Amino acid sequence: MSFEINREFRTCPKSGLVFHRPAERLIKANAVVAVIFLAVGGALGLLVALTRWPAVQLLNAQHFYTVLTGHGVVLLLVWILFFEIALLYFCSSVLLRCRIATPRMGWLAFALMLIGAAITAIAILQGGSSVMMTSYVPMPAEPNFYLGLILFAVGALIGTFIFFGTLVIAKDEKTYEGSIPLVTFGALTAAIIAVFTIACGAIILIPTWLWSIGYISEIDPLMYRLIWWGLGHSSQQINVAAHVSVWYAIAAIVFGAKPMSEKVSRGAFFLYILFISIASAHHLLGDPGLSSEWKIFNTSYAMYLAVLASLVHGLTVPGSVEVAQRKKGHNKGLFEWLRKAPWGNPVFAGMFLSLVGFGFIGGISGVVMGAEQINFLIHNTIYVPGHFHGTVALGTTLAFMAMSLWLVPVLFQRELFLPRLAKWQPWLFGIGTALQAFFMMGAGTLGVSRRHWDIAFTGSAFEWAYPGMAYTMMALNGISAIMAVTGGMIFVVVIVGTVFFGKRAGEVSGWSLDRPDTLRGPAEALTGHGSIGVKGFPAPGTFVLAGFLMLIFVVYYFINYGYLASVWKFS
Amino acid sequence: MTAIHPPSTRVWWKQPVDRVELVWIAIALVWCLIMFFFMPFWHVYGNQNYSGEAYRVNPDQFVAKVNDFVSEYTVRTETDRNIPVVRPPAGSDIYLLARLWQWHPVLELEKGQTYRLRVSSADWQHGLSIQPINLNFQVLPGYEMVINITPTESGEYAVVCNEYCGIMHHTMLGKLYVVDPAEDA
Ligand code: HEM
Ligand SMILES: [Cu+2]
Ligand SMILES: [Cu+2]
Repeated sequence: MSFEINREFRTCPKSGLVFHRPAERLIKANAVVAVIFLAVGGALGLLVALTRWPAVQLLNAQHFYTVLTGHGVVLLLVWILFFEIALLYFCSSVLLRCRIATPRMGWLAFALMLIGAAITAIAILQGGSSVMMTSYVPMPAEPNFYLGLILFAVGALIGTFIFFGTLVIAKDEKTYEGSIPLVTFGALTAAIIAVFTIACGAIILIPTWLWSIGYISEIDPLMYRLIWWGLGHSSQQINVAAHVSVWYAIAAIVFGAKPMSEKVSRGAFFLYILFISIASAHHLLGDPGLSSEWKIFNTSYAMYLAVLASLVHGLTVPGSVEVAQRKKGHNKGLFEWLRKAPWGNPVFAGMFLSLVGFGFIGGISGVVMGAEQINFLIHNTIYVPGHFHGTVALGTTLAFMAMSLWLVPVLFQRELFLPRLAKWQPWLFGIGTALQAFFMMGAGTLGVSRRHWDIAFTGSAFEWAYPGMAYTMMALNGISAIMAVTGGMIFVVVIVGTVFFGKRAGEVSGWSLDRPDTLRGPAEALTGHGSIGVKGFPAPGTFVLAGFLMLIFVVYYFINYGYLASVWKFS
Repeated sequence: MTAIHPPSTRVWWKQPVDRVELVWIAIALVWCLIMFFFMPFWHVYGNQNYSGEAYRVNPDQFVAKVNDFVSEYTVRTETDRNIPVVRPPAGSDIYLLARLWQWHPVLELEKGQTYRLRVSSADWQHGLSIQPINLNFQVLPGYEMVINITPTESGEYAVVCNEYCGIMHHTMLGKLYVVDPAEDA
C-alpha cells in the first residue's frame, strides 16, 4: 500500500514561517479542540471555586466532587495535552520546514484522544466516577473512566511518535542545516519525557481498568500511588519543558531575541531529561513505608539538578529579552528594557506574567513543599492546589494562551478578533490566577484541606472551626477565581472569534509544491554580547530580578523549617 | 539566530558563556546543594521526621487490634453517638483507625510523652490531618504506619480527613486531647 505524499507548503508573509498543508490542518484541529476543552474546564473551575467560598457554597457535595473531578481531568489532561500535541507538530514540521510524518496517523491520534476524552467525560458526568483525576484505589470509578484515559494516552503517544518521525524526516531530507532550533530542542525534551510518562500511565491504568471490570482482584494502594505519580508528576514536567520552549519562542517572535547561550539553555533542557522524572516521590513524602534515603534522593531530583535547570531558564529567558532590548537601544540603567517592553501586546504580557508567576509562585512553593519534612505541613491541604495553579494555570496555561494569541491568527490567516479586548486577557487571567494561588496557599497554611466540600464540617459528630482568616482567604479565592475566569473567557472568545469571524489577513499565502528553502543558521561564529549592559553583565536587570527571587526563596524555605521546629515532635 | 531558528552553523557550543550566566549557575547550584543536604541534616538535628516505619496489615486484623485497644483503655464516651475516648498508658502503642467516615477512637494523650501511633485504614485512602498544628500524613488500607509522636502542647485538637474519601468526606472529623501530666496526679 502506498499513499501519495502531500508536499504542499505555504510561507506565511508576516512571520516567514513555512507550513506544510497536512501539518497545518492537524495543528489547527488540535489547538481548537484544546481551547474548547479549556472553556469547559474553566467553567467547571469557577463552580469549584464558588463552592469552596464558604458563604456561597454553590453546589451540593455530590455535584461538587463530580465537578472537581471533571475540572482536574479536563484541564490537566485534555486541554494541556491537546495543545501540546499541536505544539509538537508546530515545533517539528513548521520550525524545521519539513513535511509532517504520517499525517493519517495524526488523525488517528486526534480521534483516539477525542474519543477517549469523551468517554471519560461521560463517565464523570454520569456521576459514578467522582474519584478525582488521581482515582486512588481502592475507591472505584466506572470502567469507562479508565478506558477513556487509556485511549486518550494512546492517542497522545502516537502524536509524540509523529513528532519524532518528523524530526527524522527533516534530518533525512535535509530541510535544515546544523542543529535543530532551541525551541525544537525543548519540544524534544518534552516529547522524551512524554514517552516515559505515558508508559507509566499505561502500566497503572490498564491493570486498574481490569480491576474495575473484575479481572484483577486487588491493586496495592501504595504501588498505585507510586506509579500513578510517575504519570501525574512527569506530565507536569512535560508541561514545564513545553512552556519554557514557548517562552523562548515568544521571546524570539516578539523581540527577535537570541538565546544568551545555546549551550547553557540546551544543557538546562538536558538536565530535565536526566533528572526530572524521578521526582514523583514528592507526592509520597507523607506515605507509610518508603525509606528516607529514597525519598530525599527522589524528591530532590538527585540534588535538585532539575530545579537548577529551571533556575537557569528563569535567568536566560528574560535575559535574552533584556539583551535584545538593550541592543535595540533601551540600554539605560537596570530596567529601561523592561519599562519599554510592549506591555500592551498580549503575546508578550502573557509570556512575561507566565514566567514571573511560574518562578515566584509555582516554583518557590513547589520546591519548598517538596522538602521531605516541610511536606508534613502541607500535604493534601489546599496549599497544594494553590501551588499548582501557580505552575500549571499561571505558568503553562498562560504561556499557551499567549502562544495561541500569536499562533491562531498566523495559522488561520486572519486577524485577531477584538484585539482591544485581547489586551486585557493576560492581565485578568494572570493576576486573577496569581491571587487564587496566593489565597489557596494562605488557607492551606492555616490547615484547610483540598478536595473538601465543607470546611465547617456540617453533620459530623464533633465541631471544629478554622480561624476566621481561613474563611476570608477562601472567599478571596472565590473572588480571584471570577477575575481569572473572566480572563479565560475573553481568551476563548478571542480565539474562537478569530477562527470564525476574524478579518481575513491582508496578504494571504497560497499552497505551492515548491520545496521550501533549506533552513540555515547564520554563518558567522557566535561571539559575546559586546558592550551592552552594566559592568560586563549583558543582562544586569535580569540578574537583579533573579537575585530577588533567590532571596525570597531562601527566606521562605527557612521560615517553613522554623515553623516546623515548633510543632509536635515525631520520628 | 533566534530560538526558533537553527543556531549558528555547527559551532554554537563554542560560544563563550556570559559571566552573568556563570555567576547565576554557581549561586543556584550552591542553593540546590544546601537544600539537598538540609533534609538529611534535619534527620539528625531536627525533631520532626518520619522514619518510614510501616507494616503490611490485613485491614480486618487491624480493625480487631483497634477494637482490643479501645475496649482496654476507654475512659469515657462523648457525644450522642457514644464515641469512645481512650487514655492509653504513657509511652505505649496507640491505635487510630480511619474508616468511612470516622476517626476511631478519640485519643487522650499526655503532654511530653512519646507514643507509638499506629494508623491505618479499614477501607479507602484517607488523610490524617491534625489541626491546628497542621501535621498531615497519608493513610492507606493495607499499610500500618508507625509514627513516634510526642505532643508538646496540651489542648484540644481536631483530626481532619484530608484525602477525599467519598460523599461524606467532609463529616470525617475526629478529636484528640493532650492533657498536662499534672491533671493526673
Ligand atoms: C481560571 C480558572 C480556574 C479556577 C477558578 C480554578 C479553581 C480551582 C480550585 C478552587 C481548585 C481546588 C479545589 C479543591 O481542592 O477543593 C482547583 C483544583 C484543580 N485545578 Fe483549577 N482552577 C482554574 C484553572 C485551572 C487550570 C488552567 C488548570 C490546569 C491546567 C487547573 C487544574 C486543576 C487541578 C488539576 C485541580 C485539582 C483537582 C483535584 O484535586 O483532583 N485549574 N481548581
Ligand atoms: Cu509532582
Ligand atoms: Cu476520609
